[in-house]
Amino acid sequence: MNWITNFVRPKIKGLFTARSDTPDNLWRKCANCGEMVFHRDLAQAQNVCTHCDYHMKVLPKERFDALFDGAVYDLLAAPQAPADPLRFRDEKKYVDRLKDARTKTGQTDAVVSARGLIGGVPSVVAVQNFAFMGGSLGMAAGEAIIAAAEEALASHAPLIVFAAAGGARMQEGILSLMQMPRTTVAVQMLREARLPYIVVLTDPTTGGVTASYAMLGDVHIAEPGALIGFAGPRVIEQTIRERLPDGFQRAEYLRDHGMVDLVVHRHAMKETLARILRMLMEGSAHGADASMVDDAALLPVPPATAITIGRAPQP
Amino acid sequence: MNAYLDFEKPVAELDGKIEELRRLSADDATVNVADEIQRLEAKSAQALRDIYARLTPWQKTQVARHPARPHFFDYVKTLVDEFTPLAGDRGYGDDNAIVGGLGRMRGRPVVVMGHEKGHDTKSRLKHNFGMAMPEGYRKAVRLMGLAEQFGLPVVSLVDTAGAFPGVGAEERGQAEAIARSTEKCLSLSVPMVSVIIGEGGSGGAVAIATANTVLMLEHSVYSVISPEACSSILWRSPDKAQDAANAMKVTAQDLLGLKVIDGIIPEPLGGAHRDPMKMIHETGTAIDIALKMLSGRDGNTLKRERREKFLSIGRTLAA
Repeated sequence: MNWITNFVRPKIKGLFTARSDTPDNLWRKCANCGEMVFHRDLAQAQNVCTHCDYHMKVLPKERFDALFDGAVYDLLAAPQAPADPLRFRDEKKYVDRLKDARTKTGQTDAVVSARGLIGGVPSVVAVQNFAFMGGSLGMAAGEAIIAAAEEALASHAPLIVFAAAGGARMQEGILSLMQMPRTTVAVQMLREARLPYIVVLTDPTTGGVTASYAMLGDVHIAEPGALIGFAGPRVIEQTIRERLPDGFQRAEYLRDHGMVDLVVHRHAMKETLARILRMLMEGSAHGADASMVDDAALLPVPPATAITIGRAPQP
Repeated sequence: MNAYLDFEKPVAELDGKIEELRRLSADDATVNVADEIQRLEAKSAQALRDIYARLTPWQKTQVARHPARPHFFDYVKTLVDEFTPLAGDRGYGDDNAIVGGLGRMRGRPVVVMGHEKGHDTKSRLKHNFGMAMPEGYRKAVRLMGLAEQFGLPVVSLVDTAGAFPGVGAEERGQAEAIARSTEKCLSLSVPMVSVIIGEGGSGGAVAIATANTVLMLEHSVYSVISPEACSSILWRSPDKAQDAANAMKVTAQDLLGLKVIDGIIPEPLGGAHRDPMKMIHETGTAIDIALKMLSGRDGNTLKRERREKFLSIGRTLAA
């Protein structure tokens, strides 16, 4: 820290110090096994610990690079949303927290979306960045999920959401809660258009996010070890005053309890998604119309008609 | 007999004096205290009026949680004829925090459902203080499906601190159950009217409150998280609940201003618990009007309007 970092406003600071891709520390300690991993090896391994396979958090850009064919994709514009309509302040003003998060991540809010090919299938992907205020779901994030769904509809493409969030953005009060029904509308639009909607639950996904779009996918995939739940473990422990069982609310636990289809290693994510998307999209293209059932056609044939059909043709 | 809330102290003192005078005059017929009682009663009513005209969000939260506030079954007893409770999620069990069934409101058959908190220790335990398990939300989905199948409107009365946070609830997919219930609300082709009668606690409330018409009682609250929990997360202290309630904008008046709800049902002076029957009848009238306004619309219109209403929330606010 020197006087420049202390006193020069972040935006101005950005003009002087070019953002560097090299971390300050060339080694990163794995939070799970404690081993040191060289940053280049870690990047190569998509932030999966090379010693113990622990899945560390990844940034949206890293997701997109790993997921889209040839790391080629178009970012979708961040939709407009009112900032701080409640003029919220706790120990700090919400607008200041937002400013900090924007400086830290270079994003306008928690959700970033992009469009590109996954194994040849044109797809829309929305990624929730936990580094942006815990990935929390506020108006801007809700609008981004809706916009991603609308983009999928417009381009007749599947939507994949990589969920990660502590829950709702408390600083937006009831307006953050309203993102639960709002994002659910987005999911319904995809359902009605018979476009695949796949959720990838990453560490951690809890609260209002899990209780809305993150649990409404056609297919639910989770990254190994990801914490996934409605109430956070601390809240539950305080409520029931008991220690929670090992592995509680982890990806594998959710799979075993029927909430998640697959637990997929990050290195196999692209291939798995591509395979599922190709099959579902082929079905969507060829079979959707045929599988539309006209309820009236299923009714038993009225007796009068049946007799007419059964009777031998009159000479 | 009402349990006074701490901010009602001036009223409690006046009422105490009135009570004392009554006892005096009963003991000794020669003492004439009628005038004094009348004067004190007027004073007490005025004090109550003054207090309730300026309730803070935190005070409203306490009114909304008042133990004597009318709950789901109080409304059903008075407003719903031929009430026929329906139980079970057909998968795991029956939840008593979300209850519902068939019944007639002003002659019209409806599916009515809501949270029941209970009114004494025994019933509170039975109803788990209005905090539902996944089975409750799955039952709600089933009841909404029934309503849809037979073209009946859905009326929901919302009163919960939130969905229950526990091991069993997580194990059986609390989040998924809530999400499916919200989704069901949004896909209904029949009219749905929701009234927040006490506490609208987060996702556990939204799950059965995503309706064509959402009303709130004058002193009810509706929020993304309880003021207490918000305080311990954002202020890192449990005693800033008052500040959290203020900051989060949890009152019916705030929510109407933000266009999150469609209307407010006025409460009797001093809150619903001071005149439950009046409150229940007012609520019945408001639901009746809301249903009449929605009648005659076809299923697609109801569904489209409900979705558009929720999509438009927040979009009209100044950036």
